[in-house]
Amino acid sequence: MRARYLPVVAFAGLVVAIQLATHFTDSAYHLTQLTMTAYYSLLIVGLCMLIGYAGQISLGHAGFFAIGGYLSAFLTTHNLAPHQAGALISLLSKSGLLVTRSDLYGGSLLTVHPWCACVAAAIVTVAIAYLVGGPVLKLRGHYLAMATLGFGVIVYRIVLGTEFLGAADGISDVPGFPLLPGLEIAGKSSLRVPNYYVAWGLVTLGMVLLLNLIHSRVGRALVSIHGAEDAAGAMGIPTARYKLNTFVLSAVFASLAGVLLTHYNGGIGPSEASVMKSVRYVAIVAIGGMANLWGALSMSLVLNYLSLRGYLGSFDDAVFGTILILIMLFAPDGLLRRHLFSDVKRLVTGSAADEEAP
Amino acid sequence: MAGITYGTIYAIVAIGFNIIYNTTGIINFAQGEFVMLGGMSAVTFHQFMPLPLAILCAVIVTLLIGAIIEIVFIRWLHKPSVLRMIIITIGISILIRESALHVWGESVRALPYFTGTSVTSINLGGVYVTPQVLWVVGVSAVAVAVLTAFFNYTLLGRQMRACSANRDAARLCGVNAGNMVTLSFMLSAAIGAIGGCVVCPITYVQYDSGTPLAIKGFTVAILGGLGNSTAAVGAGMILGILESFSIWVLPTAYKEAISISILLLILFVRPSGIFGSSEASRLKEF
Amino acid sequence: MRKRIGITLAAFVMASLTAGAAWAAEPIKIGAILSVTGPASFLGAPEAKTLEMLAEELNKKGGVKGHKIELIIKDSGASPEKAFSFAKQLIDENKVFAIIGPSTSGETMKIKNVAEEGKTILLSCAAAEVIVNPVAKYVFKTPQKDSDAILKIFEQMKKMKISKIGVVSSNTGFGQAGKAQIEKLAPENGIKILANEVYDKAASDLTAEVTKVKAAGVEAILNWSIEPAQSIVIKNARQIGLKVPIFQSHGFGNIKYVEAAGEAAEGVLFPAGRLLVADVLPKGHAQKELLVKYKKDYESRYKEAASTFGGHAYDAFLILVKAIEKAGGADKEAVRTAIEQLKGVVGTGGVFDFSAADHNGLNIDAFEMLTVRKGKFAILKQK
Repeated sequence: MRARYLPVVAFAGLVVAIQLATHFTDSAYHLTQLTMTAYYSLLIVGLCMLIGYAGQISLGHAGFFAIGGYLSAFLTTHNLAPHQAGALISLLSKSGLLVTRSDLYGGSLLTVHPWCACVAAAIVTVAIAYLVGGPVLKLRGHYLAMATLGFGVIVYRIVLGTEFLGAADGISDVPGFPLLPGLEIAGKSSLRVPNYYVAWGLVTLGMVLLLNLIHSRVGRALVSIHGAEDAAGAMGIPTARYKLNTFVLSAVFASLAGVLLTHYNGGIGPSEASVMKSVRYVAIVAIGGMANLWGALSMSLVLNYLSLRGYLGSFDDAVFGTILILIMLFAPDGLLRRHLFSDVKRLVTGSAADEEAP
Repeated sequence: MAGITYGTIYAIVAIGFNIIYNTTGIINFAQGEFVMLGGMSAVTFHQFMPLPLAILCAVIVTLLIGAIIEIVFIRWLHKPSVLRMIIITIGISILIRESALHVWGESVRALPYFTGTSVTSINLGGVYVTPQVLWVVGVSAVAVAVLTAFFNYTLLGRQMRACSANRDAARLCGVNAGNMVTLSFMLSAAIGAIGGCVVCPITYVQYDSGTPLAIKGFTVAILGGLGNSTAAVGAGMILGILESFSIWVLPTAYKEAISISILLLILFVRPSGIFGSSEASRLKEF
Repeated sequence: MRKRIGITLAAFVMASLTAGAAWAAEPIKIGAILSVTGPASFLGAPEAKTLEMLAEELNKKGGVKGHKIELIIKDSGASPEKAFSFAKQLIDENKVFAIIGPSTSGETMKIKNVAEEGKTILLSCAAAEVIVNPVAKYVFKTPQKDSDAILKIFEQMKKMKISKIGVVSSNTGFGQAGKAQIEKLAPENGIKILANEVYDKAASDLTAEVTKVKAAGVEAILNWSIEPAQSIVIKNARQIGLKVPIFQSHGFGNIKYVEAAGEAAEGVLFPAGRLLVADVLPKGHAQKELLVKYKKDYESRYKEAASTFGGHAYDAFLILVKAIEKAGGADKEAVRTAIEQLKGVVGTGGVFDFSAADHNGLNIDAFEMLTVRKGKFAILKQK
């Protein structure tokens, strides 16, 4: 086994250890917030890839999260039964893409199957990310920050102003996301432990994917873009294409996180698309050390968990703002700098820490 | 008329952006918060003193806050990267907003109308206008004129321009570049506060009213060409009027989405702004 | 104030824990999910203050049936995902007896299923009718029904011989639910809607919208919103010289909105609970004593005007306490059934008559037609 996967194994161990700890201390209720944290972390690691490795800031990632969440929520709650006679609907129904279920009050609904909704959300996200990313990533510095921020605000305004997306109330009564018979992604207390493992399993999978990417030819190309874009271009690296693909990849991570968290929570509201959310995500990546996936992941775990538990109370946003300024003023490389991390790792594993460096 | 009121306030925010951008090359994302601070503190002061004095005090307080921000957060950074500056100013904007929330609470406030009451209106060629709109336009016009005179005819103003043209050369000529940067923060905070005071009777002010203004102001600054304040006034009007017309076609809820789409389009097609030629934008002349 | 809530709360919980230890009966834990900060803080902040005040008062008197009340307030900032997280926390971890809140309809709808699954009583302070219609077993709400408010307005319009109206509503849950109800109820009541505009809840100038309404030639404006932006409609309408009567929703029941609209607010008509006019209610009115006391207690304690929003939390707390008394102890199922059997409970919002089919318990009589006279709320005198 290559040394790069050691942290993955350690991380998986930590996930199991936390679950066992909550089990034996009879505090399994912590897993609810931890599961929600996992989905936010999925977005964070994707964003970390974009900011830290491709060097492109995005202040609009909550927008992609919302696109995924809202699309999935809308498709799985919108009742198609009145249109059942239509040719398209009956065709979809016959091909098994639609599902009939009963709502809380016993009425029956005909909606799109969650899996199809998820695939649709992913496809739409890819399309939008290419469409937006193409021109946006040609910009640099302030312009790039403002353009991505603008994208986020547009998504926020659209979900807030659109009646069939529930305007300010958002969408409720979103069904669970079926995985296996008897197992679905949903907030039911009986499924708490499996859901915790599913969520963190997905994060681990995402991490493995990103780590492989970083250590591949693509990853090295990205780092060179981050270092000096013009030089990278001169070396024959198709900089625009690499940047765009990373942007789309991180958007898909965000969108899937949105889809899954929406099914887990049973609904989504416009607050998920707000600019403040996007800023928080960037803050977490910055604190984690910009180009440090493990740093971003651990900070996401800690900060999202604290926020969701309500420990920060009314100072929630203020805490993030303060952390953001302090980090940027005194430790612009992030709290968990890469070498700090690999130092610790060297202590732990006692070997080959340089593998970690790209 | 709503278009013109809004256009003016956008232009004021845009000018604030430009002043700081011209001397430092920084886009201050907390610019909108200055407008909020101006309005909020004027409302507070007005409980103890007459209106003109309250506005004066509010402007001075905001100006001092601008100076403090520069001295505490910006001054001692050596050649910070653009990304770092963006994140710091965003952080500042969040901090100001959250402090305002804890100081003033969540309630919506407003100053009284400078002349007349909320129902007074003047008939200007068939259009009903509240006198406050004239105040907004008048005060902003004076502010822009004073700024232009300041930059063109006073020694201090010329020193600031020198810093923006070539910082090292200016320093060689004995200009204290650091102080000029502080001054630019104070100036842009002050003009933001003035704007906040004059529009606050019409638009109200709340702890979170700054951020949307910053985004619109930036749109206008880009529209007019970053660094070009005269063009920013025109661009502000265009955006304000476009916005108020857009609701005849599309639901109001999408108003902001429209103006930001304009921003994105401009950024994609012509980052130097519709008024600026790309060459002029390089000269960064006030 | 709100900054103190966390600290006060911690201190309060400690205090009530130590105090509770002296008693034989265990304290009853009541959770509250309120948007104390954020875009709906105008609802959540007075609600949280009201609950703190009531719990303290009750505990001084020795609690309910020997149980002290332990209040756990969570600030959701009007984010549904936080409301979800907190609801789970309160039910699974704190094992609360009941939850009061959330403040907004969107949040309530997100945690409705959680409360049902956790078999925990939820007393929502949000207005939307979908919360209790269709009825969910454990979910109740205290604010009056939108449809009753609309019927009250239509009743008044008929008296004033108005039949052509322009509807303006905000783009939030409250505004949109109201708009849908207005559109549904108007034809039955012989009212024609000539203009129908939606504005942003954060809007600060609505001249263009009211100009459109004016152009349609309406006889009255019906403005449906619970946010500060509603004052702007009134102001702008008067500024462009539109002089028709303006009707507001019960969401206008905050004197700050009148102040914000200034002189333009004179003569505005709206239905509301009687809290706003407690002082001028005729002697002997069923609600008079309770309303005057709540108003006095709240205003002397917090130095700010009491609003009907805080009243929703007051009613939620009151109903819960009455139901516990009726059930004779803190048993979730018994108390839930007891709420459904409560009749004639006098609250701030009206007189509550619950049943298995009605989890709101208020009817059109909960509203009084009010107007604004000299910058103050007053009861509309019928000619």
